[in-house]
Amino acid sequence: MSTQETMVNLTINNIPVSVPKGTKIMQAAASIGIDIPHLCYHEDQRIKAHCRLCSVEVTGRRRLLAACSTEVWEGMDVHTDTKIVRDTQITILQLMLANHNKDCLACARNQNCDLQRLCSRFNIQGSNLPSVVKPEPIIETNPSIVRDPSKCIRCGRCIRACKDVQGLQALTYAGRSSDICVTSAFHKPLEATDCILCGQCSLVCPTGAIVVKDDTQKVLDALQDKTKHVIVQVAPAVRVALGDAFGLAPGAIVTGQMVTALRLLGFDKVFDTNFGADLTIMEEGAEFLHRLESGTPGPMLTSCSPGWVNYVEKHFPELIPHLSTSKSPMSMFGAIAKTYYPQQAGLDVKDIVTVSVMPCTAKKFEAARPEMGRDGYRDVDVVLTTRELIKLIKYVGLRFEDLPETDFDSPLGTGSGAGAIFGTTGGVMEAALRTVYEKATGGTLPQLEFEEVRGFKGIKETTVELPGRSLRIAIAHTLKNARLLMEQIKKGESPYDFIEIMACPGGCIGGGGQPIGTTNAIKKERMAALYEIDRQMPIRKSHENPEILTLYKDFLEKPLSEKAEELLHTSYHKVARPYEFN
Amino acid sequence: MENFAFLTQNFGRYDTASIGSYMNVGGFQALKKAVNMDGEEIAQLIARNKVKGRGGAEYDMGRKWSQARAVQGEHKVIICNADEGETTTFKDRELIKNDPFNLIEAMIIAGWAMGADKGFIYMRAEYACLRPLLLNAIRQAKNYGFLGTNILGRGFDFDIKLYSGAGAYVCGEGTALIRSIEGKAGRPRMKPPFIKVSGVFALPTCLQNVESLSLVPHLLLDEEGRYAAQGTEDSVGTKLVSVAGNVQKPGVFEIPFGTTVREIVYGLAGGLPEGQELQLIQFGGASGKAAGPDILDCPYTYEDLRSHGVMVGSGGLAVVDKRTSVLDFLRINQDFFSEESCGQCTPCREGNLHIKLILEKLSAGTATAEDVRLMKKIARVMSMSSLCGLGETAQNTLLSAMQVFPEVFEVTERQTGGVAL
Repeated sequence: MSTQETMVNLTINNIPVSVPKGTKIMQAAASIGIDIPHLCYHEDQRIKAHCRLCSVEVTGRRRLLAACSTEVWEGMDVHTDTKIVRDTQITILQLMLANHNKDCLACARNQNCDLQRLCSRFNIQGSNLPSVVKPEPIIETNPSIVRDPSKCIRCGRCIRACKDVQGLQALTYAGRSSDICVTSAFHKPLEATDCILCGQCSLVCPTGAIVVKDDTQKVLDALQDKTKHVIVQVAPAVRVALGDAFGLAPGAIVTGQMVTALRLLGFDKVFDTNFGADLTIMEEGAEFLHRLESGTPGPMLTSCSPGWVNYVEKHFPELIPHLSTSKSPMSMFGAIAKTYYPQQAGLDVKDIVTVSVMPCTAKKFEAARPEMGRDGYRDVDVVLTTRELIKLIKYVGLRFEDLPETDFDSPLGTGSGAGAIFGTTGGVMEAALRTVYEKATGGTLPQLEFEEVRGFKGIKETTVELPGRSLRIAIAHTLKNARLLMEQIKKGESPYDFIEIMACPGGCIGGGGQPIGTTNAIKKERMAALYEIDRQMPIRKSHENPEILTLYKDFLEKPLSEKAEELLHTSYHKVARPYEFN
Repeated sequence: MENFAFLTQNFGRYDTASIGSYMNVGGFQALKKAVNMDGEEIAQLIARNKVKGRGGAEYDMGRKWSQARAVQGEHKVIICNADEGETTTFKDRELIKNDPFNLIEAMIIAGWAMGADKGFIYMRAEYACLRPLLLNAIRQAKNYGFLGTNILGRGFDFDIKLYSGAGAYVCGEGTALIRSIEGKAGRPRMKPPFIKVSGVFALPTCLQNVESLSLVPHLLLDEEGRYAAQGTEDSVGTKLVSVAGNVQKPGVFEIPFGTTVREIVYGLAGGLPEGQELQLIQFGGASGKAAGPDILDCPYTYEDLRSHGVMVGSGGLAVVDKRTSVLDFLRINQDFFSEESCGQCTPCREGNLHIKLILEKLSAGTATAEDVRLMKKIARVMSMSSLCGLGETAQNTLLSAMQVFPEVFEVTERQTGGVAL
């Protein structure tokens, strides 16, 4: 190796290993193919060393050491497979099992549970200890996230996701000894706390203690009801994540197979949220230009991430006037699907069921907002997460990876490349800039790619030159980063004109409804895949999408028209938290 | 038996509310001497006397000071651990109550020796009655220029804050104590980073027990070597022991190392109540180890106690007579840990709960041989793999009792209801 890194030599199970200084035992072991069992450890999180499952023996040490938190040293002699190590690991699993509701068949994480997998690995069929599970009700009070404290193993991953990723503390430890639990402030339901329903906790939970609200049965019921015309839209980030669950490489683009699978599931029409994304750009772009012209104080904030919208309403209500009134692509699509579409298709709106497949848990909450619908009809009737779609594909027994590729239906099935990149941090801004630039200048963009807004950096910024003025642009993902930009606005120090925020790390590709096992490394593959989809699209600007142009010509007239305002725009309001003391 | 006074030499000799009174009996002379010494010399003095930390972990104190000196940092911190949560342990309380200024002086010396500028005394919430005494001592020391800036004209700044937690045993553990001072829930964290590098508010920190610190001013002024003349080769000097339980005169006693357990229990503590017979003695509090009556003739030294399967630990002795069965004692001890575990790590959180359940079954006569086997296994896993010292030592008493009193854990066929497992 030609690196300048200092290497450390050690042995693991008598096998010589050489790793860079600072490597932990767990990674050193992984480098030679040894998977040390672990539960609280997560590769994207701060090390906790709570579960102690990764305890290993190190020669010369009286006690076992945690492989997740112990750095290797020169001459270290590690043993991962001795009797005391195995006895310890198995006893710890037995202890966990005795305090875990082993209702595996009824669990959303059955066959996809870290605890179950480890028990299976060590041939543990049940606890040899009496059950000490405290009977606690399942907490199912909001449309997005369901908590089952009886399945919690107190690993603390959800707490870290909430605090370190989002800068929130909706979940935290309370109590001590065997009474310690993961809970919310004053044990309030999550939606009544700081929680914005992003679902990042559900993505890192190793068991079924935090899961998304399962709406698959609603969809199955609708599909089996012959009087209903059931249509589905799929968000851009789903098509680059779904393959993970079927053994495909991270970032595999499975658009065609996914459309086929949805048809085989029985949906009457399979449409594309990218269409809705293009529509959002038309409205949001026009809104932005209007704000610039009218001198409305900036910056304007994007509003397509529902977790982010919840965050503004709860944590920065004074900034609501900055939020774009444009609905999200999903809700815009839903509004069109319940108005324009039945006209076109000769259907009665009461017979239409709109389903959306989203990478997101907060979308379930968004769809249930009273503003998202009219005349007693919801824009979107049921929101499924990527995980629920996986469940449905398995339910009907499809061999997903072998399915042929088919195309979305028309007329709401064409999306541009700009719509596709909505699924990644920076994508909404890039899509908006492509349209805003051409609308404002009347010219053609010399280069479609805005490289400065791409990538995984927490906060990105760039400047775009329009005739007569420069636009200052910022993009942030995760609410921890968003908070920094919002504090700036509050202090009147924000230099920006337009800010894109995505609540989840990486944007929708890292959404709380994505497949279990999503990591930052995998998100980067998904991000690259979305840009690849964009690159290969014949149409890469929202305002050039022919179906969008037809929609305006036949139905909406123009962006921000009265009809567009009525169907495609919304309002926000401050949400008080019960423990706000002043 | 003579009560030898070295650590306790100031007890009763001055008005604990008055710095002037303290100075009349030689107060702050040690500090004046110390600031003309190099910190390493002070560490060496401690090392020469083979002082081990008196909180319970028995770490080489001179070495600790040398290591703390070597850590670089613009700000460094000395914390006096006065959390004294170990059961049957109340020696630190006596030191604070009878000689508060000596502790303040000791901390300033420690600050000088290690190049620290901030001091904290973390005193257990239950010692609220001692807060005014310490706050007064700190205030007076500040008024006299022993705390603050440019102490004794040596360009040395040092200040002390008194802090009390909410009364959790686990806050005696270094990292939990530090989190508590920082205003967080008192739960231990993994190491590294080690406290000496990144302790309270991420500053290099040296954490030292009250008794350990209190010894330092006396050692500095002990030119004739009175301290070193006491004890044995490996256990030099004297030690405070606190004796509680079934004795006639429970209390804190300063003993030269090498005094026999019998002299402590029957001499200093007045022996067992009339007509009672010794069942066991637990050394070092709830996290310590238990021994039967054959420990009585063992000299109280680090090495002798260890060879008898127990430890000095916190210096506490729980004397238990035969009115309490071994099993009842273990259950009471276990109840303590079932309350006091912080609950973060699996072995300690769940292990304490199951051991409690099995001990209850043993008491009720319903335990099986498998239960006993599992209990031992869980206890071992706890001590081998827990996150912090609490989980590591929580089952010391049980594991030692299983060796000393094997008959207590023998489960007969009849007890298992005829079902042999």
